[in-house]
Amino acid sequence: MRVYLDNGATTKVDPVVVEAMKPYFSEKYGNASSLHVFGRETKEALENARSVLAKKINAEPDEIVFTSGGTESDNIALKGLLLCEKCRGKNHVITTKIEHPAVLNSCKFLEQNGFKVTYLDVDKDGFINLEQLKKSISSKTAMVSVIHANNEVGTIQDLEKIGGICKGRNLIFHSDVVQSFTKVPIDVNKYNLDLASLSGHKIHGPKGVGAIYVKKRLFVCPFMHGGGHERGLRAGTENIPGIVGFAKAVEISSEKDVERMKELRDYLIEKVLSKIPKTTLNGPRNNRLCNNAHFTIDNVEGEAILFALDEKGIAVSTGSACSSKSLKPSHVLLAMGRKKEESHGSIRITLSKFTTKKEIDYFIENLIEVVANLRKMSPLYKKI
Amino acid sequence: MYTERVMKHFKHPKNQGKLKNANGIGEVGNPTCGDVMKMYVYVENGMIKDISWETYGCVAAIATSSVLTTLVKGKTIEEALKITKDDVAKELGGLPSMKMHCSILAVDALKKAIEDYRSKEATI
Repeated sequence: MRVYLDNGATTKVDPVVVEAMKPYFSEKYGNASSLHVFGRETKEALENARSVLAKKINAEPDEIVFTSGGTESDNIALKGLLLCEKCRGKNHVITTKIEHPAVLNSCKFLEQNGFKVTYLDVDKDGFINLEQLKKSISSKTAMVSVIHANNEVGTIQDLEKIGGICKGRNLIFHSDVVQSFTKVPIDVNKYNLDLASLSGHKIHGPKGVGAIYVKKRLFVCPFMHGGGHERGLRAGTENIPGIVGFAKAVEISSEKDVERMKELRDYLIEKVLSKIPKTTLNGPRNNRLCNNAHFTIDNVEGEAILFALDEKGIAVSTGSACSSKSLKPSHVLLAMGRKKEESHGSIRITLSKFTTKKEIDYFIENLIEVVANLRKMSPLYKKI
Repeated sequence: MYTERVMKHFKHPKNQGKLKNANGIGEVGNPTCGDVMKMYVYVENGMIKDISWETYGCVAAIATSSVLTTLVKGKTIEEALKITKDDVAKELGGLPSMKMHCSILAVDALKKAIEDYRSKEATI
């Protein structure tokens, strides 16, 4: 049995999406900038896709710019916008300690280029403190960037409240909504968002395609210069099959799937906590991404759990330092006040709309066995 | 990422557990770093008659603990002390470079266990 429970990393492309993409490889392959019929038919597909995305987040179609993915979108938001803001004398950004590396490392780059960055703390469940946000704002602040749903522990921030603060202070508000898109309702107007980063492959679309919502009249410096595609914000011939697939994935996403994932996730959390002693859930019980469960399992190391489950055909991920290239434990768990050893023993399970109860049961059964085996080997574990 | 031999030792570890009649015990690492390794040896007439280990750590930490014990069981203390981290890694068909520290840990835990045995011997 092969059970994929790492949908936070990437997802299976829905066969319906694949079908929608097919004609755009060898039949409708025109360049959307061309004036002839080949170009016009792909241009039509491109604009339809733009409308689908816009509608999903309550934006206007021309506020959607297609990119190569969430990372590029975050880079455009942080670097593209802020390099313009610098000219206006603003050089301060407020973000959080639990951002995706695409935002964090863009911020590091900005710091090397004369910007000041405030990294907001989070509480034990991963929520930012709105008072700290308010206090961090100064006349030099150009932008606030807060991840909507955290990619590791699934904490969903209150974008509406954060947006309200930004609006009152006339700040540009960006959010990386890659994990929450189609799982949590997003309304760019209600949330007062100026910029939002989206990705295709986290929602059963293809890899290599994403988008950024850029509010009308907001001036962003492009860093892909070329033929003026995408309102001049992102030059390069559009990836039409990818864009069509992305839009199809958005179109077929449903509230029903979200509810199903939520039920399965709650079942999984309850089982793991009750069947495996000395296990804790990381992140909140409520305001949590519908497909995310994240645990610290005491006295065992996450990478060892990952590979032992892998032997059984089960795919999960871990925040353990031993699994990362840097040998550093998860910055998200540390920001939440977890000790390093709690981070080493962490595993993340992320479901999809294709996940079944049978798969969850198979996972739980094997996790119990794997943890028991590893604890038997561990000099730290003392039976209660 | 890991060789077949690493995975074999991870899945079917050798000499795992506590050693009741151990006359030398060595422990290295700490939970904050993500590795704790404990080696138990039973030495008789200068020879490692029996050895076992307990490890909290990643796949590499577990595999290096297991393979080291197979290398030194039945050897004299002097022979055992000559084993280097590279010997351990080599026996596993190689380790990812960032995991090399795990093999140092195994070697260090063994050294400590032997030191422990020697210090006990000296007091008798």
